[in-house]
Amino acid sequence: MSEDPSAMPLQLTVNGEVRDLRAAPWVTLLDLLRETLQLTGSKKGCDHGQCGACTVLVDGRRVNSCLILALTRDGSEVTTIEGLAKDGALHPLQQAFIEHDALQCGYCTPGQICSAAGLLSEGQARCREEVRELMSGNLCRCGAYTHIVEAIETVRLSGAEAAA
Amino acid sequence: MNRFSYIRAETLDEALSAIALPGSALLAGGTNLVDLMKYDVAKPARLVDISRLPLRGIEALDDGGLRLGALAPNADTAYDARVQERAPLLASAILAGASAQLRNVATTGGNLLQRTRCAYFYDPCTPCNKREPGSGCPAIGGVNRMHAILGASEACIAVHPSDMCVALAALDARVNVQGPGGVRVIPIADFHRLPGEQPQIDSTLLAGEIITSVDVPADPFGPHHSYLKLRDRLSYAFALVSVAAALRLEDGIIAQARVALGGVAHKPWRDQEAEALLVGLPPGREAFDQAARAILAPAVGHGGNDFKIELARRAVVRALSQAAAGAPQSQSDKRVR
Ligand SMILES: Cc1cc2nc3c(=O)[nH]c(=O)nc-3n(C[C@H](O)[C@H](O)[C@H](O)COP(=O)(O)OP(=O)(O)OC[C@H]3O[C@@H](n4cnc5c(N)ncnc54)[C@H](O)[C@@H]3O)c2cc1C
Ligand code: SF4
Ligand code: FES
Ligand code: FES
Repeated sequence: MSEDPSAMPLQLTVNGEVRDLRAAPWVTLLDLLRETLQLTGSKKGCDHGQCGACTVLVDGRRVNSCLILALTRDGSEVTTIEGLAKDGALHPLQQAFIEHDALQCGYCTPGQICSAAGLLSEGQARCREEVRELMSGNLCRCGAYTHIVEAIETVRLSGAEAAA
Repeated sequence: MNRFSYIRAETLDEALSAIALPGSALLAGGTNLVDLMKYDVAKPARLVDISRLPLRGIEALDDGGLRLGALAPNADTAYDARVQERAPLLASAILAGASAQLRNVATTGGNLLQRTRCAYFYDPCTPCNKREPGSGCPAIGGVNRMHAILGASEACIAVHPSDMCVALAALDARVNVQGPGGVRVIPIADFHRLPGEQPQIDSTLLAGEIITSVDVPADPFGPHHSYLKLRDRLSYAFALVSVAAALRLEDGIIAQARVALGGVAHKPWRDQEAEALLVGLPPGREAFDQAARAILAPAVGHGGNDFKIELARRAVVRALSQAAAGAPQSQSDKRVR
């Protein structure tokens, strides 16, 4: 595929690796991750900020990557679901999602887990109700919500994310 | 999305000269503009990325007020300790809106200028006076469950969808802008406009102007406030009706009252005459009901949204009761008490 003549340079640190990239102005961060970097863990559910399947962490904050133009984040650090496991060990949230059976089809799961990682580092959720509210930006068409909240609560109460 | 060019402004002056060129649009968080571009509703020839301008700060002013930078993310504003202390109604309203992810990116300025969520506006295959002036308004006589009951016109019955702006209206905020002609201050009540015959124009911001910050005056209401948002699901949905209420009580009598409604008009709705009815009365159902009836007296339904008139009346009474009790609506425990 020949490069779009409108492409401009940008540098991102994706899952710890510095990447020198080029993108046309209309390329979203989600499309860049999926199409250019082949990091297909982040999902495109709605492409309009309405489902959370595309949630990734940019400079540590959870965002909808479908509504972000990649060029606007030149110089940022991006963490996707592919970057959460460390040294062969799953992130505590990934482990908890498995243990609590917090998924069915799994389509929403990468977004749920990245969103939960953002939620834990924000530190604003102090009880189950607040977890539910602050996870409302992630829809699950399979309706695994009860187990998702359970998985997040387990990690939140164990404080394990601090060690991760 | 249409093809466009992209420039990143490093200074306000750079942004001001870039936005002066026709076809340019400012990009802050992008959560509304990028979405509208994906639907081909917005088709700018160039995007001027202002997200790196040094306008992210939140300042506590000496007079007890706050200055919110135009680029302060909504989440930073809502969780800022000074905002929670000095303008808890505003913090609450922001947390009632959108999702955690969106609030991390959405900015003060972008929130003020977000466009209506009218489904016809979003669909370039249908006519819409706001998108294409003169083409008609299919929401009138069409699907208008989410639409306006106050201040609408024959040209447009859309509502402004923001939660943050409803609290800003209740708190008499001021929008600081800078343009080719220098700086000016726009009181929030004059910032958004009613549709009239020009529904394509949402605000009184002039071409070439940039919002630099929003000032929130010192808030004398203490715990006597509430932001009550009613919607089709418990979270992550736009308001059918929302109410920002605040009361200042002196010796058990209402000394000052503010009531702003969201989801009911083309702008956050305030009725100062109705607020004045509350002054001098003891807080209670009777007084609140009288004010609510006055606010809703001019309301007109369009079929699908007739229910909103009664819903709004009840929401006003409930929000005022919560404010009087010093028991603001929780934005996580959704039970309405
Ligand atoms: C799924 C979804 C659900 C949502 N739910 C809610 C909700 O419940 N309640 C709610 O209140 N909002 C909700 N929102 C809307 C969200 O709050 C707005 O999209 C956001 O506030 C816009 O801010 P932004 O910085 O991303 O704006 P942008 O998209 O960058 O800009 C929006 C507009 O403002 C202009 N602009 C931005 N900054 C400036 C400036 N400094 N000076 C002049 N012009 C400027 C831009 O040119 C553009 O026209 C929702 C959005 C989505 C996608
Ligand atoms: S209500 Fe306004 S925005 Fe909606 S279709 Fe009518 S003119 Fe367009
Ligand atoms: S794909 Fe981004 S929110 Fe749905
Ligand atoms: S597991 Fe299927 S959408 Fe959530």
